[in-house]
Amino acid sequence: MSTFDTIPQTRQEALVEILLRLADDRLILGHRLSEWAGHGPELEEDLALANIALDMIGHASALYEYAAKLDNKPDEDFFAYFRDDIDFKNIALTELPKGDFAFTITRQFLFSLFSYFLYKELIEIVEEEQFNGMLQKHFKEIKYHLRYSREWVLRLGDGTNESKSRIQNAFNELWMYTGEMFELDKAFEAAIEHNLYSDVTKWRPEWRSFVNSTLTEATLTLPDYEQYMFTGARSGRHTEHLGHLLAQMQFLRRSYPDAEWK
Amino acid sequence: MDTQKQLDDFQKRIDNGETIEPKDWMPERYRKQLVRMMSQHAHSEIVGMLPEGNWITRAPSLKRKMVLLAKVQDEAGHGLYLYSGTETLGVRRKDLIEDYIYGNAKYSSIFNYPTLTYADICVIGWLVDGAAIVNQTMLAKSSYGPYARANLRICKEESFHKKQGYEMLAKMASGTAEQKRMAQDAVNRWWWPTLMMFGPHDTDSPNSAELIKWGVKTKTNDELRQHFVDRTVMEAEAIGITLPDPDLTYNEETGHWEFGDIPWDEFWSVVKGDGPMNRERMKARRKAYEEGEWVRKAAKEYARKRELEKAS
Repeated sequence: MSTFDTIPQTRQEALVEILLRLADDRLILGHRLSEWAGHGPELEEDLALANIALDMIGHASALYEYAAKLDNKPDEDFFAYFRDDIDFKNIALTELPKGDFAFTITRQFLFSLFSYFLYKELIEIVEEEQFNGMLQKHFKEIKYHLRYSREWVLRLGDGTNESKSRIQNAFNELWMYTGEMFELDKAFEAAIEHNLYSDVTKWRPEWRSFVNSTLTEATLTLPDYEQYMFTGARSGRHTEHLGHLLAQMQFLRRSYPDAEWK
Repeated sequence: MDTQKQLDDFQKRIDNGETIEPKDWMPERYRKQLVRMMSQHAHSEIVGMLPEGNWITRAPSLKRKMVLLAKVQDEAGHGLYLYSGTETLGVRRKDLIEDYIYGNAKYSSIFNYPTLTYADICVIGWLVDGAAIVNQTMLAKSSYGPYARANLRICKEESFHKKQGYEMLAKMASGTAEQKRMAQDAVNRWWWPTLMMFGPHDTDSPNSAELIKWGVKTKTNDELRQHFVDRTVMEAEAIGITLPDPDLTYNEETGHWEFGDIPWDEFWSVVKGDGPMNRERMKARRKAYEEGEWVRKAAKEYARKRELEKAS
């Protein structure tokens, strides 16, 4: 049993929980990407990474806004700025420090590919008009994130010896954080029952075979997927990195909570 | 060597208000001046990402975070098309970049100041982008086509940035005591460096006359600076911000605001490389460039392999 095993009782509670989980993943990864601004390897990549960061934070903001309305919270900022690390529901993959360009690309590829499959499914099954509309809108951008990161996996994998070893290392290092994408706990199960989430275990093999074919094309090898998988972040058991990220993200807003900052 | 007839014909085209395009004949000196100006402008956009990027991860609301991220992204875009514009003059982006991170090429000295509080981000939008707009509105009529068009596009985005910065500063200036303090402090620190952005007085500006003769610029540094001060005084008043110049007075006769002495010693020392952030900014840019070397090499090698495949 984790610290905060949320078991939604109603359809609305299930929806809020899903919105927050999706949003937290996107806010935290968007934050990591935003750290590249001004420090990218090439001007084009500075632009692209900032663009993806902006998309992801935008998606998070829209999801939070909807959750705030349903859950009677003041606004989207409430979730981003006034919760502690043990309240955040993002998977650990998204909170790891940005690393080098190969690490950033690999993480983006693994996450965007997961998002691609997930959103494709959700668009089919979600009945709530507002939620579905959001998913459709974000899906277009996810396709671009996937294309961008996949192209760079190919370039780095089949580029020089150095780039190949850097990106292979990134895949090896990140692989243990991919398990959380496919975990189903009580909250997800409740959401699946209400047609608000997809049974991710069903298409996990498809996801893996897409990763595999990309890696083969990039002359890289798939890490051993039976290895140890990190778990727990969805219910608040994060890595040590998230606390530092939030300390930075939240400090100004929390220092002067009564001020108008929008 | 450029012949006198070529020079005369060129001058005639300028005087007729014609636009010079990349394939047209131009004096070597005109080309060099444009390469210098355009690349400096591009470098400034890129270095400018650093002081603002400094606050992306700490922006106090999701809305402000997105606004700032979009702004920094716009700056990368400006840098990109300014470099492309400069390349129409027969130089390579790579050489231009190496010229400023390892050599002596300049960028706007305003970015050698630190962003200490979030109010600095608002003030950069209002004052720094405001000053840039005054300058770039003029450059949008520059005689060199690619530069004029780049500035036209940049101006549109900068106007948006200025509006966003000014609006948020207005909120801070009428907000809590802490916000007011941050807002006024930021204006105090950025005001004089912003006035320096227009460059030295006309009497100390060696390039000005030539640039005006060739229609690259249409106004002098002092004219642009005056225009900026005139409109900024009103904007400051409107939001209850005091500009840190006790000599600021309205001259009924000229219809202009007169202002105190600009601290030129500070300007020249920052231009020379001795500003508070010069070394750090260059170090950050060099680090990004050097750490990106393996990525650029990989992309090149990958492209070469694909070319080979196509050929075989």
